[in-house]
Amino acid sequence: MHYSAITLARNALTGHRNWGPMWKDAQPKPAYDVVIVGGGGHGLATAYYLAKNHGVKNIAVLEKAWIGGGNTGRNTTIVRSNYFLPESSAFYEFSVKLYEKLSSELNYNIMFSQRGMITLAHSRHDEETLRRSYNAMSLNGVDCEWLHPEQVFERMPLYNRGGRYPIRAGLNQPRAGSVRHDAVAWGYARAASDLGVDIIQNCEVTGFLGGDGKVTGVKTNRGEISAGKVCLSVAGHTSQIADKAGLKLPISSYALQAFVSEPVKPVFDTVVLSPATGVYLSQTDKGELVIGGALDLYPSYAQRGNFHTVEGVVAGMLEMFPAFSRLRLMRQWAGIVDVVRDSSPILGPCPVENLYLNCGFGTGGFKAIPAGGWTMAHTLATGEVHPLIKPFALDRFTTGALIDEAAAAGIAH
Amino acid sequence: MLLIKCPFCGPRDETEFRCGGQSHITRPGPHDVVADAEWGAYLYTRENPKGWHFERWLHAGGCRQWFNMARHTVTHEIRQIYAIGEPAPTIGEGS
Repeated sequence: MHYSAITLARNALTGHRNWGPMWKDAQPKPAYDVVIVGGGGHGLATAYYLAKNHGVKNIAVLEKAWIGGGNTGRNTTIVRSNYFLPESSAFYEFSVKLYEKLSSELNYNIMFSQRGMITLAHSRHDEETLRRSYNAMSLNGVDCEWLHPEQVFERMPLYNRGGRYPIRAGLNQPRAGSVRHDAVAWGYARAASDLGVDIIQNCEVTGFLGGDGKVTGVKTNRGEISAGKVCLSVAGHTSQIADKAGLKLPISSYALQAFVSEPVKPVFDTVVLSPATGVYLSQTDKGELVIGGALDLYPSYAQRGNFHTVEGVVAGMLEMFPAFSRLRLMRQWAGIVDVVRDSSPILGPCPVENLYLNCGFGTGGFKAIPAGGWTMAHTLATGEVHPLIKPFALDRFTTGALIDEAAAAGIAH
Repeated sequence: MLLIKCPFCGPRDETEFRCGGQSHITRPGPHDVVADAEWGAYLYTRENPKGWHFERWLHAGGCRQWFNMARHTVTHEIRQIYAIGEPAPTIGEGS
């Protein structure tokens, strides 16, 4: 289903009873060239770029529930590339650039609002760290600007100037911003489906076919499906599925929460991150404040989150913006994120033949969806690991060549 | 929210504690014969079960003592708290 003034008029005249589905709800076939496990943003983007860039015909995306219902629908929708190390910077900057063109690429409005993202420094030590970050971004070729306190207050007049967290400086990435997360999943799904990708929902992978260090397909609750290559993009549940292929990974799963306030008139037109209070927030087009904070304290697969974290995040936000104390939180939820020791993703092949990993994004997978899809599609189609993701190979945990982005990951891991 | 029974101080709120991750990890050795892969697995590879997890906790805001805990990662139920050095308890299927 594609949308235009003509389809809108036609459906208005027929009482909006005849809108078609956006993508085809496919049934599983016995064999595919590539099976992608996980119908979130990364899985759908991988399928789309496999079909679009590499002409791969026979692709399935298997999703155990509904597409975009996992972390793609649970994140705080921030897109940015203010990373520290050259490897991450190149990868995430590529992703931001793909996001900038994604609405026209997919013919689907993903509502990318490049309102900037400002990281705050509250103390001299924060300022030194932030200056280092500013230098790193500049060296990596990612445009950024250094803001003096008055410039920060101009962007956020409600900031508590006389409070416990005074502002010494701000670092702005002007091209960062927010994207409508559901639209990313739906846009990629529709575009992939149009190119012949089978998107199969309610299809849970329960095991693998093959053996002897090799997979030749997957077992699902809807039968066995053989596959030339299998790509895992299941975020927090990667350990669970990889375990069925006999693969142990350097991942621990945690709950990460987010909150939405009741909608109010426009009061906040940027994205702010304060590492000291451990809080970041932005305002949606509907007017709700979207608030995020640190991980819950211990490994968990419970998609609900912990009240102490709610309290900590809300307290941190109110230190910065006391005016928000009268707002009610409308919703609170948690997603399960796959945290890796160096806070960088694991991308590419693994010791099990024909099995490919797209995981370890931890708290920041949403911003990487287009780049993750693009580079994994290249890797799956050509058999050559895409140059941008070579540093993110699983074997860095053997060689010791970690890419430590603990600070630039934004929130505490 | 967890109410954790510190074996030294009694039941306290979870905010007093720090989770130290998977317990019962043995350092491989002697160091000059440990292969890179084995050392990497020791440092980074972790059990990440959806179910019972045996983990170390520190009563950071209390007695500063470490102890072990068998905790479920979906329900967060704490089944057993036991001393550092003790083997992991057996927890039956379906429990």
